[in-house]
Amino acid sequence: MTDITAISAEATPPQKTKLQLALRKPGFLIGTFIIGVSSLLALMPGVFAPLDPNFIDYNAVKQPPSWAHPFGTDMLGRDSLSRVIHAYSVNMQMAILATIFALIIGVVVGALVGFYRGIADMIFGRLVDAIITFPFLVLVIAVVAVLGPGLVNMYIAITLVGWVYYARLMRAEVIAQMGNDYASAGVVMGYSDSRIIFRHLLPNAITPVIVYWMTDMALAILLGSSLGYLGLGAQPPQAEWGVLIAEGRNFITTAWWLSLMPGIAIVLTGLGFSLVGDGLADLLRPRG
Amino acid sequence: MTQTVMEIRDVGLEFPLPRTLLDLLNKRPGRVVNALNGVSLQLHKGETLGVVGESGCGKSTLARCIVRLYEPQHGSIHFDGQDIFGAGMKKDRSYNRRVQMMFQDPYSSLNPRMTTGQILSEALKVHKMRPEDEIPTRVAELLELVRLPQDAAQKLPHEFSGGQRQRIAIARALAVEPEVLIADELVSALDVSVQAQVVNLLLELQERLNLTILFVAHDLRLVRHVSNRVAVIYLGRIVEIGDSETLFANPSHPYSQALLSAAPSINPDDKGEAIRLEGELPSPLNVPSGCPFHVRCRHASDLCKSEVPPLLAQEGRGEVACHHIEEINQHA
Amino acid sequence: MTNDMPILEVRDLCTTFSRGGVALPAVRDVSFNVGKGEVLGLVGESGSGKSVTLRSILGLSRRYGDVTGDVRWMGQDISRMPERKLRQIRGRDIAMIFQEPMTSLNPLLTVGMQLTETLKAHTDLGRAARRDRAIEMLDHVGIPSAASRLEEYPHQFSGGMRQRVMIAIALAANPKLLLADEPTTALDVTIQAQILDLILSLADELHMGVILVTHDLGVVAQTCENVAVMYAGRIVEQGSVRQVLRTPRHPYTVGLMRSVPQDVPPRTQLYSVPGTPPSLEALPAGCAFAPRCQNQTEACLSARPTLETISEGRAAACFNPMAIAQGEVA
Repeated sequence: MTDITAISAEATPPQKTKLQLALRKPGFLIGTFIIGVSSLLALMPGVFAPLDPNFIDYNAVKQPPSWAHPFGTDMLGRDSLSRVIHAYSVNMQMAILATIFALIIGVVVGALVGFYRGIADMIFGRLVDAIITFPFLVLVIAVVAVLGPGLVNMYIAITLVGWVYYARLMRAEVIAQMGNDYASAGVVMGYSDSRIIFRHLLPNAITPVIVYWMTDMALAILLGSSLGYLGLGAQPPQAEWGVLIAEGRNFITTAWWLSLMPGIAIVLTGLGFSLVGDGLADLLRPRG
Repeated sequence: MTQTVMEIRDVGLEFPLPRTLLDLLNKRPGRVVNALNGVSLQLHKGETLGVVGESGCGKSTLARCIVRLYEPQHGSIHFDGQDIFGAGMKKDRSYNRRVQMMFQDPYSSLNPRMTTGQILSEALKVHKMRPEDEIPTRVAELLELVRLPQDAAQKLPHEFSGGQRQRIAIARALAVEPEVLIADELVSALDVSVQAQVVNLLLELQERLNLTILFVAHDLRLVRHVSNRVAVIYLGRIVEIGDSETLFANPSHPYSQALLSAAPSINPDDKGEAIRLEGELPSPLNVPSGCPFHVRCRHASDLCKSEVPPLLAQEGRGEVACHHIEEINQHA
Repeated sequence: MTNDMPILEVRDLCTTFSRGGVALPAVRDVSFNVGKGEVLGLVGESGSGKSVTLRSILGLSRRYGDVTGDVRWMGQDISRMPERKLRQIRGRDIAMIFQEPMTSLNPLLTVGMQLTETLKAHTDLGRAARRDRAIEMLDHVGIPSAASRLEEYPHQFSGGMRQRVMIAIALAANPKLLLADEPTTALDVTIQAQILDLILSLADELHMGVILVTHDLGVVAQTCENVAVMYAGRIVEQGSVRQVLRTPRHPYTVGLMRSVPQDVPPRTQLYSVPGTPPSLEALPAGCAFAPRCQNQTEACLSARPTLETISEGRAAACFNPMAIAQGEVA
């Protein structure tokens, strides 16, 4: 059916901007909304949280959801809603800090090995094989075990392992883009390698990496809260979803809301990132 | 008085294929694609040299060697008397300014994320063709040169048709004021009516800017139209080279003869002599011994199977690589 | 035309695709006949609707767009036939070959399996007979040592050989009409010549009608009896190849022919049609070619000329057709 697509590609419609088209997709809209709200909560938790997350009230221990405490209270009488909202700061921070360095390192390394190939690429290939054989979580836990628990060490651990995934994706994309003559044209024009790599290839190759980044942020939140749950990430009394779920675990039959509410927050935020990623895939693709 | 600007001597290039599991098991070396098997030619100042041949014959590889996208394993290419792969020249980016290339696919040869204006000004800036403040004027001049509207500068490649994109590619090449242009299937992807526009532009610019052009194409009518001289390539070797009109009116090599007669004429009454070639182009993975054409040639003898015919100048013709050139052309 | 009764009659065929709520009139009011053993050329540039016309005949465009008009196969209207019934005609009576033989063959099945599969669907031959017939077919389309090549996979064939395989598959059920969509565009000239010869000789031997879609006027001149020139979804000129190419009447046909660098002094400016073809959703109000036309008048901008018979078996859609002398090309 190549011909049919060829025809529709040839006939350019009254140009709608890609943003307009993307905003028509309900998924992208919902995702943007979720991430927007999440970011607001993360930036100004104090504004939205009704109470201090660490305010202990022994008179209101393990209260079920009510008007006074919409998400109930925990075993120390702290307001769950306030704790979940304050956790947005930590968990959204995880989404960014656990991935951004992996993204940058991965993009640069991937672009370089993809462009130059040769021995560096072979070594890279072996490294990727070695790292990818292990489950991600196991490797991260191993690194955290060496460095010691805590948020910063967790970010270092996730970056150390995670950049490989970005680099692998970037390398494949750069190699694919080099099949296009605009890369050859850059060489023929006498442009420097760095200009060809970073000015020409990178902007065209980065779309799938950005999309992957969105999913990876969701995964980072999940991973961060898993580590928090296991006691290797954020440390109590820090309000963090994994920590909150762990705290509620012992009371799961009597105070179900303690684990459920942060769980829902994780799912919602993860969904938001995935939906945005999906929409971005369309938004960032060049036309023509 | 012809002045040689580019001298290609005995250029050979092979691409190794990755060794397959079977190769490893049999302890065989990996196979190689023989893309070019000793090509020699000169490019004269101000001429258009057409290069024709079927797909896989090595014509595009040759073009890419000339602009240093590939480095041949054998032979040499001299530009202005200097070896372009020599130690001193290899890093010299001014060569890339003086010898430019235009590609076949107008959809992939332009960066889809850069506007025409950015594409052209980048070329001007990198080679410092103009001081910074004169660049917009020069971009406008270039657009006018290739007959694109001025608002083209703000547009992205996807907003143009195939023909317009090739004009942008021509403008980009001309931005750096080159002496030699390599046109690799420049108009093959375009519709006939648009082809004519681009060819006209190329001819006109050549005249105006005194360009030397290597015109690589598979469309014989087009090559005949634009070229002063023509080289016919078969399996990585030149089998015939000479003045365009002589060669097309009176091809000497049996392959050139077959190639020309296969091109369908638009005159329904002109069915041609219909020399039909038997069989297919052999794979460049195993080029036949001797004359590469002997497996498809009806004049082939034992000599052709064992010895490669040299490319020799013929009386009243160009240079032809055929053992039986005299007999063949007696009959004709 | 050799036969009185056409095997295929296409009347007022229109195919409309839509994208993002915008209607794209890909084919408009296309009518033609194909007789037994006739080779009809459908020529035009990319986006002219020639391939979509071909696909609409076989009902392949229905899924993607809206098709109206009549397509009569042996007197029977197949344009509104249910998919299930149409499938029996497709492949058996009407076969199709495509431009890119690599993508039309299944890379995971041997050539023999793909051939016998077609035979199984459209004939009642037994297993052994199918194999014999498959070998015979490959032989017929000029594939050497056919028996051994049955076990090979498409990637083991060269481009020209793959196109031969495609033709063999298409012919397996003895079709009466072959639809060929740019069958030689991806091939080299020497191979193109072989394939066109093959199609011609098969048409002749099997009395098979052929519709050959191509952008190459040379291919039309050398293979077809009749030709329809398409522009922006419509037939603009129609007639016998000799008449149309000798004395083209529509300015677009003239432009196309004169763009071909044949019999013009070397290194001179070629005639070229100014501008580019219109996009389908922004077709001009009058004649679609008017903005590029040298004979353009007021009328052309407001009204659209219909395809009118101008002489015996000859039609053109133009208010100001070229005078015969003016259109003379060769």
